[in-house]
Formats: sequence, structure tokens, C-alpha cells
Amino acid sequence: MSTVTDHKPLDERLLPTSPLRKLLARPELGSVVGALAVFLFFAFVADGFLRATSLSTVLYASSTIGIMAVPVALLMIGGEFDLSAGVMVTSSALISSMFSYQMTANTWVGVGVSLLVTLAVGAFNGFMLTRTKLPSFIITLGTFLMLTGMNLGFTKLIDGTVSTKTIGDMEGFSSARAVFASTITVGGVDVKVTILWWLGLVALASWILLRTRTGNWIFAVGGNEDAARAVGVPVARTKIGLYMGVAFGAWISGQHLLFSFDAVQSGEGVGNELIYIIAAVIGGCLITGGYGSAVGSAVGALLFGMTSKGIVYAEWNPDWFKFFLGAMLLLATLLNAWVRKRAEATA
Amino acid sequence: MARFRTWVGIALAGALSVSLAACSSTGGKRAEDARKAAAAQGRAAVNTPRWTFAMITHSGDGDTFWDIVQKGAEQAAVKDNINFLYSHDDEAQQQAQLVDAAVDKKVDGIIVTLAKPDAMKDAVARARKAGIPVITVNSGSEESKAFGALTHIGQDETIAGEAVGDELNKRGKKKALCVLHEQGNVGHEQRCDGVAKTFRGTLSKLYVNGTNMPDVQSAVGAKLQADTSIDSVVTLGAPFADTAVKARTDAGSKAEIDTFDLNPKVAAALKEGTLGFAVDQQPYLQGYEAVDLLWLYKYNDDVLGGGKPVLTGPQIVTKDQAAELAEYTERGTR
Repeated sequence: MSTVTDHKPLDERLLPTSPLRKLLARPELGSVVGALAVFLFFAFVADGFLRATSLSTVLYASSTIGIMAVPVALLMIGGEFDLSAGVMVTSSALISSMFSYQMTANTWVGVGVSLLVTLAVGAFNGFMLTRTKLPSFIITLGTFLMLTGMNLGFTKLIDGTVSTKTIGDMEGFSSARAVFASTITVGGVDVKVTILWWLGLVALASWILLRTRTGNWIFAVGGNEDAARAVGVPVARTKIGLYMGVAFGAWISGQHLLFSFDAVQSGEGVGNELIYIIAAVIGGCLITGGYGSAVGSAVGALLFGMTSKGIVYAEWNPDWFKFFLGAMLLLATLLNAWVRKRAEATA
Repeated sequence: MARFRTWVGIALAGALSVSLAACSSTGGKRAEDARKAAAAQGRAAVNTPRWTFAMITHSGDGDTFWDIVQKGAEQAAVKDNINFLYSHDDEAQQQAQLVDAAVDKKVDGIIVTLAKPDAMKDAVARARKAGIPVITVNSGSEESKAFGALTHIGQDETIAGEAVGDELNKRGKKKALCVLHEQGNVGHEQRCDGVAKTFRGTLSKLYVNGTNMPDVQSAVGAKLQADTSIDSVVTLGAPFADTAVKARTDAGSKAEIDTFDLNPKVAAALKEGTLGFAVDQQPYLQGYEAVDLLWLYKYNDDVLGGGKPVLTGPQIVTKDQAAELAEYTERGTR
């Protein structure tokens, strides 16, 4: 006598999915395929691209973009933009350098002050956004212009020139340099410490997104803000936090700039915010929010680094670099969209 | 859709027939090709091995000045049998990374600009450690030696400014205006300060937004209207001289316009007499000499300058030299 088993259909979310389907549903898959293709392409075309020293330079170039691309990707998953991210890096470096110099303080004091001020700028962005209900495009465009002006204005006012004075001979400089801008030699190859910062940030952001309640909130506010608010997600707090995350990234990048060059040019950083956004989008973030990954932003930054330096190794005319970048952006986004469609189609 | 295609076809056919029927007998591409054919065909003049030299500058995208520097470098590269690579970025960090990339490629020589010396320090040191000779051009005359470069080739901005001040004195000017078109450029400040140092009259500074020409024109025009006693305007780049001339016309002022750097329009305006004089730093020479001096170092261990910068300027250009220079500016080498 056999027992009759109950054949109630399982909830579709609990159905076991094949590993292939799981892989196809990852946001960064398209960019990984693209990155492999670009890597193989330059490995064949560019002489010396596969040398360890060259790869280290490529990774360094990618990390300087990637450190910012991670929090920018998180912000975009949360459905917002930050156009002030590029100049905020320069602002952070300027504040740190000028505070230490003018107060004749240990450079770590400047680093701490810079962190507080940069986080305050991020909080200001988020606060203005949640309070005024204006689009983030407008709010951060305003911040971008104000920061650009303040970078030039304050530097000229305080230092009398357009770049900061060197702080290389001050106390705490060497230890700060070790943290933000040192070079570790691994098997005869110089590896920059920013690569470690970058990987650390990617790991941290992935953990937040996939393993914590905060991560669910980020996806929720980017996917549908009103629905998220209705089920009790603290929308304003989440968004302000995301903007402060971008500020934190800007602080790390800014300190790296300062301690690797020990003087900062006040007019720089304009335009980089778009590069961070490009890296996030190539990595599978949707412009409309609610979808993307931290690993994807890292792959996007790697694509950017490989292209920008690969062109040099291949001895091509760098005039065409922006053209390749634009074409890559379109291709990657199309590929992402196509992969996502395939993944969503029920097999 | 079909109708749309017909229209496009008609428009294209029309454009083609007009362009065929209306050939210009002067100027244009044909004249340029004739000039190129008349110029000597470049062939290597030496039989040294084919070395690779990389040049990395702080130029932005599409800059006329750097285009001339590049032309000079390419000409010397052809003559000296050099594989010449050029790259540029106006962000200090990116420029340093490009130098790193050149070192990774194990090139035989590096030419670099030190507009942002602090940022380039480590990259240049890395090149020296790898045994690659480095020559600095255009900017960084003070740091060049300390960084371990062979030579610096360029113009001292302060000296160039002083030359302008002297020339203004010679012309009996009393009140000059210095137009700075790039906020945050150290070289520009040095130029204006140099003028102030030797100029016996009074000099005032005017900051304008160089990426927006109409804005430059209205700002200069407004200043000339506000202060009618200004009798000379000094612009810091060739494209701005022409704009200042337009502004002068707008304001109905009698001020003389003088400029740093040359381009075809400036040469033509000097010939006509709408411009007073120009100060040239000979960018072609900066590129050409940099490649040539690296070649001399590799071939014969020769170093020029005796530890001092090799100056390519300032050279004052007036109406008298403008006629012959017009041809060279057209060619894009002055």
C-alpha cells in the first residue's frame, strides 16, 4: 500500500534553478565576457601587454577608477546619480593637504578632518535630495559646480597659487603614504596598495548588497521607492547613507592622490564622475536603479583600465581612445540587456 | 519610407553636382596637397638602430599648440630613424600612468612635460631606475635637473613675459591688460607677472573662461568699454588674439592687441597690422630638438645645455617677419 504524496506545486521562488540559469542571471556576466574579450584582444595585439609590470600598471589604473566605481555602483542600484564624485576626490585631497600645512599639524590630523568634511558633503547631497525631492541629477550638478569653484577659490586664497604646497617633510607623512599610496613588491613586480583598497571595497560592498538588510533596502529603494516606503524601508536614511558611501570612496581616492604626489592641482577631477558611472554601467548597473552589482563595477573599471593603457601598449594613436570607450559602453550595455532578457525568459 | 529615400537621394545628388560645379581655384585641400608634394619626402638620414622614443605631455584633447610640437618631433623621428610614440592626458595621475606604461614597454627614451612636477616625480624616477634617458620639454625647467633629466627644452615663462613688457615700453604704451584664459594655470600667471616686472606702465589682469569664446569676447569688450585709457591688450594664446580684435571693434577702442604664440590667423593679422606683435616660443623646435637630443645621447652620449635649460623662446614676431611666417603657420609648423 503506497502512501499518496501531496503534489501541491511549490512556490516558483523556491524551485531549484539550474547553475547555468543562476549564472546567466548575474548582472556582471555581460561585462565579464567583454573583459575577457578585451584582455585576449590586447594580449595578441599589444606588444608587452602580458608582462607582469604592464599588468600591474593596468591594475593600478583600474584601481584608481574602481575605488570610486564601487560606491557609485551602489548609489546607482539605489536609483540615484552623483555628478560631484569627480571633483569631490580633488576637494578631499586639497582639504587634507591645506589643513595639515596651515595648522602645522601631523598629516593624520588633516586626513581625519578631510574624512569628516567629505562625509559632510556626501550627507549634504543626500539630505538635499531627500528634502527637496528634486532629481539627483540637478542636486549633484549644483554640488559639482560649487566644489569646482571652491577648489580653485580656496586654494588660491590660502596658498596663493593653484596647487597646494608640499607636505612631504611633515610628521606622519610617511605612515600615511604607507597606508594610501605605498608600493608592495611581490616577486620583483611593484603592486600599488590601491589595488588592495579596491578589492577590499568590492568585497565589503558585495557583502552589504547580498548578505545584509541594508543591501535589501538599497535594491528596494532603487527598484520602487514608493513600494519600499510602504513596506517600511527607511528610504531617506538609505539614500543619505549611499551618498556618504560615495564621499568615503572620494576620501580614499583623494588621500591616494595627495600621498602619492604630495601636492595637489586644484583644477583637476572634472569629468571623472562620468568615468565612474561608465564603469558601473558597463558592469551591469541599470541607469533606472534596482539592478547591478559591486563585482560588475570592478569589471567595468578593469575594462576601462585595460582599454586606456592597452591602446598605449599597442602603440595606437590615443586620439581614438574616447571613440573606443564610447563603442565599448554601447556594446557592453547591449550585451547586458540581451543576457538579462535571456535570463528572465522562463526556460 | 520610400518617399524619404527619394528625397535623400535627390539631396545627395544635388550636393554632389554643386560641389563638382563649384571648384575653388584657391586654397583648400588641393593647395595643401600641392604644398605637401613640394615638401621633401621624409627618409631616415642615419643608419642607427630603430630606437623607440615616447613623448607624454599634459595636453588636453585637440590642442593646436601640441599638434605643432608633435609635428616637430615626428619630423626629427623620421630623420633619425626613430619609432615615435605620442600620448597625452591633462590629468596629472593619468599622465603619470602613461609614463609608467612607456617604462613597461621598455622604450629607449622618454620625453615628458612637467606641468605638474610633483605628480611626475615618481614616474620619472622609475624611468631613470630602468636606465631610460629622459628629456623634459615646455614646462618644468626648475625641476628637470633634480629629477635626473638630461636636458630641459622650453621657454622660461617669466623671461617671455619680461620680453613683452620691454616691447610694450618700446611702443610707448601706458596701460596694459593681461587676459588669462585658464584659471589655475601657473605658467599663465608667470607670463603676466613677467610683463608687470618690466612694463613701466600699469598692468591689470582679466580672468576669462577660455573654453567659451563668445564669453571671452564679451568680457574683454566690457573691460575696454569700462576703461577707455587701456592702450594695449596682451592675450596668452593665439586663438584669443583674434577674439580680442573682435572685442576691440565692438568696444570702439583704439588699444593695440598683442599675443603670446602664433597661428595662421595671427600671422595674417600681423601682416595686415591689426595685431601689434606676437611672442613665439617655437613649439616645433621643442618637439624636434627633444627627439634629436635623445638620439644624440643614444648615438654619441652628447648632452646639450651644460646643465642649464635650452631656451626656444621668446622670439618677438612683428609685421616685418610676418610675411614669411604666414606660409609656415599655414603648414602647421610655426
